Amino acid sequence: MMEYSIQAQELTKTFGDFTAVDKITFSVSKGEIFGFLGANGAGKTTAIRMLCGLLRPSGGTAEIAGYDVYRQTEDIKRHIGYMSQKFSLYEDLTVAENIYFYGGIYGLKRKLIREKTAELLARLGLEEVKDQLIKSLPLGWKQKLAFSTAILHDPSIVFLDEPTGGVDPITRRQFWDLIYTAARAGTTVFVTTHYMDEAEYCDRVSIMVDGRIEAMGTPPELKAQFAAQDMDEVFVKLARPVAQ
Amino acid sequence: MKRFLGFVKKEWFHIFRDQRTLLILFGMPLAQILLFGYAVTNEIREANIALVTPHHDEATLRIREKLLASGYFHLARELEDVREIEDAFKAGEIKLAIAFTPDFDQNLQREGTAGVQVVTDATDPNIGNTLLNYASGIILDYQQERMQEAGGEAPPMTISVEPRMRYNPELKGVFLFVPGLITIILMLVSAMMTSISITREKEMGTMEVLLASPMKPIQVILAKVSPYIFLSMLNATLILFLGYFVFGVPIKGSILLLAFESALFIIAALSLGILISTATDSQQVALMISLMALMLPTILLSGFMFPIENMPLPLQYISNIIPAKWFIIIVKDVMLKGSGLGSLWMETLILIGFTLFFMLVSMRKFKIRLE
Repeated sequence: MMEYSIQAQELTKTFGDFTAVDKITFSVSKGEIFGFLGANGAGKTTAIRMLCGLLRPSGGTAEIAGYDVYRQTEDIKRHIGYMSQKFSLYEDLTVAENIYFYGGIYGLKRKLIREKTAELLARLGLEEVKDQLIKSLPLGWKQKLAFSTAILHDPSIVFLDEPTGGVDPITRRQFWDLIYTAARAGTTVFVTTHYMDEAEYCDRVSIMVDGRIEAMGTPPELKAQFAAQDMDEVFVKLARPVAQ
Repeated sequence: MKRFLGFVKKEWFHIFRDQRTLLILFGMPLAQILLFGYAVTNEIREANIALVTPHHDEATLRIREKLLASGYFHLARELEDVREIEDAFKAGEIKLAIAFTPDFDQNLQREGTAGVQVVTDATDPNIGNTLLNYASGIILDYQQERMQEAGGEAPPMTISVEPRMRYNPELKGVFLFVPGLITIILMLVSAMMTSISITREKEMGTMEVLLASPMKPIQVILAKVSPYIFLSMLNATLILFLGYFVFGVPIKGSILLLAFESALFIIAALSLGILISTATDSQQVALMISLMALMLPTILLSGFMFPIENMPLPLQYISNIIPAKWFIIIVKDVMLKGSGLGSLWMETLILIGFTLFFMLVSMRKFKIRLE
């Protein structure tokens, strides 16, 4: 039997009359890279916030790493990593201070943080800049560092909310290498993105339109289903059905 | 707890690595107290005065000499009659008038007492008060001399100085800058700096990450504001210190009470800062709201700059809902009158009320935003 990291059943969130997320049902297995696509305002952020235990759903059920999104938000938070669109590092802190801080708020022991810091910096080749302020680093480095700190506490799932905004394709490719490494080590990756070339890198993707999941499958499956050359075409066909 | 401390440490890094923050934290109180202090308590030299001497006798001549030799006064007018004083004041020729009663010396000799009126222009109450003190000091000094000359046998003599404050008789505008300054700096550091530092986390996107971490929202907020509580207390101490040692502003009451009331006011201000940060996600807007909604009323309506009694009635009512007003009253009374909790219980209760109210509202608002 498949082991699931995320299981959502008809998960719904309404704000007054407005339904931001409309009965979405999906599951993500352990170690999978799941692309969560959708135009701006499609409800991606609201969905992510519910899955992270930041927002209470209006209806439906969801289990994250085996914990219930209504009752066990504290447990969920301990078992997930989260990286926001803005890289979430403190510009006026050094590389090492940032890692220490994030390790600290997840309650890691000082000794463990020290070991992990050394290992992480070696892996990213950032030992030289350990004591430099984040603001002096190029964007691509910040991004890799932000991802590495988000998985410092070995979460079973990591949520990446548009992690590659504003960087060039080569840096993006390098970033994805990190994601693959994490996934191979057993971390489930839940990633939202605007870039359709990135969608191709995912094991499976779902496409959200107006709060509903309109399509879900592996990239080749979706391309076949929509008779499209690439994911970009799939997305356009889905998101703008009227224009077709 | 270790998590909490790690967080607080991070806040210190933010504060000490940002020169602008440091400047606001420590430069501003220093600059303000020196500015206010020197602008207000500057010694007055060569103030124009008028003397009313119906009879030129020995005593009035000697007092006159002493007054003019002091360097504080310059004789601008010599008047024959008390009624001329009013005109001299209105013409702006003098700041102070000293009127001896007729037969001043004779009265002093025969009856052992004589009266002198010291009239000051109290439109600027601070200057008025200072001049009055100088003048009565000199007159009483003369009384001492005179008694020593007379030796032990003569009956005691008293010159009764009758002070008159013109135009603002109750001296309600006395510019007690230290209590006001403490209030403003505490408001600034606690409310403005907190609201900016919380919105900065939102702007940077780090707030989301913190909230998605196992740290509880209340822990995040407490860790963020605790350095500012410490810094606010430090600032209040700094101002008291400077006020006391540089300008001789007394602290007659209990320091402990002062610290307790300050802590109350700081918590109220911090809650206001948190409240502002729930209303906006931008540092700019947080700054603007802090300045417009907190600093301006604190400066203008709290009685710091302008006496509340002189305000139009509607503004007097509004001043009641400004926590700073009550805090200034408390600080003034504790520092200058040495009042204790016994006479300040009402103001303290009001302050506690405000603090609880703002704390509850800001916590509630913060929760709602998370939903």
